[in-house]
Amino acid sequence: MNLAPYLLLATLEGLVQASVFALTALGLSLVFGVMRVVNVAHGEFFTLGAVGAWLCAMLLPGHPAISFAAALVAAPLAVGALAWAADRLILKRIDYDPEATIVSTIGLMYVIQQVVLMTFGPDARAVDAPFWYTIRFPWFGWSGYKVFIIVVAVALVGGLWLAMRHTRFGLIMRATQYDRETAQNFGIPVDRVYAAVFALGAMFAAVAGVLVVPNSQAHYLMGHDPLLMSFVVVIVGGLGSLPGTVAAAVLIGMADGWLSVFFSPTLAKIFSTLLVALVLVFRPAGLFGKAVRA
Amino acid sequence: MRNLRLFALTIAVLAGLFGVQFVISGYPVLALTRILILAVFAMGYNVLMGYTGLVSLGHALFFAAGLYGAGLAAYYGGVALPIAFAAGIAAAAVLSLVVGLLALRTQTVSFMIVTLMFAQAGYLATLHFSAITGGDQGLSLPAHARSFSLLGQEIALTSATARYNIALAVFAVVLLALYALTQGPRGRLFAAVRENPERTRMLGYDVGRIRLLAFTVSGTISGVAGALYGLMFGFIGSSFAEFRSSVEVLLFTLVGGPGTLFGPLVGTTVMTLLIDRLSGLTSAYLIAVGVLLIVLTLWFPKGILGTIRDRWAPWLR
Amino acid sequence: MAEVTLLQTRGLTRRFGGLTAVDRVDFTLMQGEIRAIIGPNGAGKSTFVGLLSGRIAPDAGTVLFDGQDITRLPAHRRVRLGIAYTFQITNIYPAMTVRENLAVAAQSRLAHEAEIAAAAQEAAIAVGLEDRLPDRAGALSYGHQRLLEVAMGLALHPKLLILDEPTQGLSDDEIDNFLTVVRRVAQTATVLLIEHNMDVVMALATAITVLDRGRILAEGPPEAIARDPAVQDAYLGSAT
Repeated sequence: MNLAPYLLLATLEGLVQASVFALTALGLSLVFGVMRVVNVAHGEFFTLGAVGAWLCAMLLPGHPAISFAAALVAAPLAVGALAWAADRLILKRIDYDPEATIVSTIGLMYVIQQVVLMTFGPDARAVDAPFWYTIRFPWFGWSGYKVFIIVVAVALVGGLWLAMRHTRFGLIMRATQYDRETAQNFGIPVDRVYAAVFALGAMFAAVAGVLVVPNSQAHYLMGHDPLLMSFVVVIVGGLGSLPGTVAAAVLIGMADGWLSVFFSPTLAKIFSTLLVALVLVFRPAGLFGKAVRA
Repeated sequence: MRNLRLFALTIAVLAGLFGVQFVISGYPVLALTRILILAVFAMGYNVLMGYTGLVSLGHALFFAAGLYGAGLAAYYGGVALPIAFAAGIAAAAVLSLVVGLLALRTQTVSFMIVTLMFAQAGYLATLHFSAITGGDQGLSLPAHARSFSLLGQEIALTSATARYNIALAVFAVVLLALYALTQGPRGRLFAAVRENPERTRMLGYDVGRIRLLAFTVSGTISGVAGALYGLMFGFIGSSFAEFRSSVEVLLFTLVGGPGTLFGPLVGTTVMTLLIDRLSGLTSAYLIAVGVLLIVLTLWFPKGILGTIRDRWAPWLR
Repeated sequence: MAEVTLLQTRGLTRRFGGLTAVDRVDFTLMQGEIRAIIGPNGAGKSTFVGLLSGRIAPDAGTVLFDGQDITRLPAHRRVRLGIAYTFQITNIYPAMTVRENLAVAAQSRLAHEAEIAAAAQEAAIAVGLEDRLPDRAGALSYGHQRLLEVAMGLALHPKLLILDEPTQGLSDDEIDNFLTVVRRVAQTATVLLIEHNMDVVMALATAITVLDRGRILAEGPPEAIARDPAVQDAYLGSAT
């Protein structure tokens, strides 16, 4: 048997996975990097993005490209607003205590998940891709939409990187990340930066959710795996490090693609969870990271 | 520095729980049996989270270790139930010692994630090895594993009364053991580690070892609950190993009051009754769990008994 | 009283990045002394006692205590051998009672609750806090919290009590009381203190070691140190 076609397919699928992981994980990493808190409800923001895409497809008849474009703008905005409210109403009040934040975002996770269950229902629902184009390989055809996912992800990740380097907001975020107290003393409105960062992190997850729906389906529990994989990517890449996160997303996305050719998905997941635990225990700065500040 | 009032309350609660079976019958007995077993789980969790101040998100792993250790021994090994019970406890003890050695190298947020990931790996393993564990569908224990003989007496676990009294006996043993552990010098050390680890180290204590002890005791007691649950109800399934179990035990402890002897019992009772009610009304009952987690962290981080302790009864701990 | 060496360091060194905070220090402490370590800010005083207590690991050199090499011993084991350490910044269990604070310290060497309670009581009396035993430690005044910390050290029955800037932030009355407490402690234990307040140093110390840039600049009885021109130049001249 010739393995090459399988491996080519696995590589392509791995790249798509890596794109989704990178977007979702960057949101988590951004929030952790600047605010030093872990958002367990991050996977639900991903779900809400996907459900938003489905909702747009329902509400806007006509060509799927129209509703998809609308979803790509509207869903992240709505999710961002929700995250902003969660920051104001919950996280700010517990003063971003790391442990209390985890417990309350677990609460938020259940609330969002169950509200989606009550409204959207327990079934998985499909959404049409904005366009149909098949790339022909000698052995199989491959959906052109998946290329689009990769392109959008690269554009957004690059955009975030440039924004962090070259804009005023990026500078403010980096200053806040470096030292909250000092930033405050320099007149940076740390409260608003936190709310904005939390919203921005959620929006990245929501975009990933929108992008994924035409490829898979929307379901109220779909946030679970992206959350887990984001943890894996962020921790292996080094907590709070953007380049590390992207590198880890590519590595793990590809590994996931290749491993699933040979192993069952459950076994691959067991492997990733243990990897996260052991990296945190033995290499707390991540596989690519240097020492982190305490 | 013994806490006599708390000891009196302990005896009174145990006497009350023994007496109540002559008053109630039917479903409430079953509900109370479940509450007692889950309270043991929460009491184990409380040793680590409440008394020692380490928040684990993976205690479902140790409950499941007890459940599968005991259940698989009874199902495949065909051993007598007391031996299966012991096997479950031993499995949880070994696993919590190993996981503790690794996880305690980290702290706070990393500790929470590490415990969560180990537990998730355990849960996924119960699915992956479904040929043995039965996976999602689980395994029902055969008839021969539903009764055992003790001192020449045949005890059938199909009897609600037998189940209740066994659960109560185990609950009582764990409660008294935890009274001795937490209200004496050892409990003071746990509190010292929770309040100020660096100070405690500079008073001559190996903080790492105290934490490991708390972790192992905590995991083992969680395993006691798991083993008991599996054998009493004759069913083992991977849903007990899910993340949700870890969150529920955290919630039980938070509601009742972390770091209080009776907090887990109070929290488990309140939450089990609430979830029972809600799941009759809606399939989305978990929304209550979510709302409560947020409300508790925002306004009642010390739970019911913790708040009472701080306001009126300092001995309630 | 025969001169017995309690603690000795040889070539003790610790670097932080490019900075050598403690530089090949040879230091000897006799049993029964009250030794003060003085020196300008950044002289390496806190690092030096950190090396003695085991909170900081040395890059080179050895520490001998009571005839035993303790260089590789973790901090908590050194406490068990008899080296008690009180922090520069008050470090107690604020949510626990004074009695519980002292009990945690006492049970480090005692097993029975009755003995522990008695030792807690004894330590409280030694610093004059016996009336505050049932109170929450966090509710004590700052001066009383510092006394509680010293009492926790005493409850360990140490051979050597290290005090890192014990009088910082105390009022004059509190300092007077503190001097009495330390003199009483010195009857049973050797005392090593880092101190900025020269009045306290002159009133208490039987000998003084002056550190400057990680090295011992001078050492000797208080009067001699006070007259030493090198010391005056490096430190006393600029002291408040």
